[in-house]
Amino acid sequence: MKYLYFPGCSLKGTGRAYEESFLAVFKALGLEVRELEDWNCCGATAYMSVDETKSYALAGRNLAIAERSSDLDVIAPCSACYLVLNKTQKGLKENPELRRKVVNALKAAGLDYKGKVRVRHPLDVLINDVGVEKLAKFITKPLKGMKFAPYYGCQVVRPYSTFDDQYNPVTMDKLIEAVGAECVSWPLKTRCCGGSLTGTLPEVGLRLAYILIKEAKKRGAGAIVTLCPLCQFNLDGYQDKIASKYERVDIPTLYFTQILGLAMGLPESELGIKRGIISAEAVLAGR
Amino acid sequence: MPLEQKVKYESECDREFAQWVVGQIGGENLRHCIQCGICSAACPLSLYMDYTPRRIINLAREGFKKEVLSSFTIWLCSSCYACRVECPKEIHITDIMYLLKRRAIEEGVYPRSFPIPVLAREFGRMIFMFGRVNETLLVTDLFLRTNWFKFLGMIGLGLNLMRTGRMSFLPDTIKRRGELRKVLDALDAEEKKEKKEALS
Repeated sequence: MKYLYFPGCSLKGTGRAYEESFLAVFKALGLEVRELEDWNCCGATAYMSVDETKSYALAGRNLAIAERSSDLDVIAPCSACYLVLNKTQKGLKENPELRRKVVNALKAAGLDYKGKVRVRHPLDVLINDVGVEKLAKFITKPLKGMKFAPYYGCQVVRPYSTFDDQYNPVTMDKLIEAVGAECVSWPLKTRCCGGSLTGTLPEVGLRLAYILIKEAKKRGAGAIVTLCPLCQFNLDGYQDKIASKYERVDIPTLYFTQILGLAMGLPESELGIKRGIISAEAVLAGR
Repeated sequence: MPLEQKVKYESECDREFAQWVVGQIGGENLRHCIQCGICSAACPLSLYMDYTPRRIINLAREGFKKEVLSSFTIWLCSSCYACRVECPKEIHITDIMYLLKRRAIEEGVYPRSFPIPVLAREFGRMIFMFGRVNETLLVTDLFLRTNWFKFLGMIGLGLNLMRTGRMSFLPDTIKRRGELRKVLDALDAEEKKEKKEALS
């Protein structure tokens, strides 16, 4: 199976461990991944507040390049990229006037947008294209005795989720069980991590992140497992600040691709395990 | 006790603004709102807002332009879409927050040093320049523009990111910047043309 890969800015920056583990796992599973050539920033949530048509055009350029280069599905691991690219497909389909403007602007730069590409999340690909049974064959070092809290965050399941439930998503729960670990039951699977508010309004954003890590710890999770670079950043990076404002929690946040890679016996160095600010070493030592 | 007018007369509301909201993408179902309040209940940020999402919806559709555009509410929305999936009338509340933010920026009514609109603007500027966003440079720029003191408080996080190799100081850039520029210029030209036509 072959896919195009849209990394987005975070996977090349603070979310490097996500890119490393995603590429390592897909390679080991025999899935071919090619990075979309000359991709640009998707615009994320921020740019939609400045200019609507340009936001759609930014995402549209990526989709047009994807269409030109192949007929493969595009994998967008970052939640914001996944949402924006899907939102653009839907928005351009439903609003003829918007579509006319964006298509014309892309044409002015020699690009052609038809809306043919499918934008998918790597979790969707692993669970639905590969399947849990096939994944199980690759598990050589099951993560026995480990407890994880599955954290989906907002923008993969809402509002356009095509592969999981909006209220109680379960795909990552299945993956956690597939790697031999225990999935902790907790009600905050899709509650907001604070998004960019941790940086812009810490008095509000930090509280949201704190609620999540506190509850995960209380429910006995050794680590939180997530699928979004901004969620990982908020839950992992701000624990010092949370400690000085509320209390110290100390719980690592891993990507689902990292725990899958570990269970497949891939070396920690290929999975970016050491890139966690809250170290996962102690938790993983119990394997 | 001084007398104060607590409720607006209908004539004091801006009906044109209400019309405008309904005419935007995402504003279509605004008038279907039954004021049930599930948006406010689902919103993880409503307890920090000056008007809850339910109230913003009602104020917007009645034309309380000033109250809506200068509210903190629209800037607190983190785009988590919890309200959107709960709304029994399928109102695109998150998109309404976006369009209100855009209008507030356009009219310049947001709080000046409030970091959220500044972030949105700088984010856009960086995309125009490089085609991609470097998080380190964006955040540094944001704090220098809004709050020096807070920037100092971020040094610990910065060091942690450096230690774990998650920080880069060079802007990442796309190869065909001219191509992206052309797309954005074409949209600017279109907008200019539209404005001219509207005037004549």
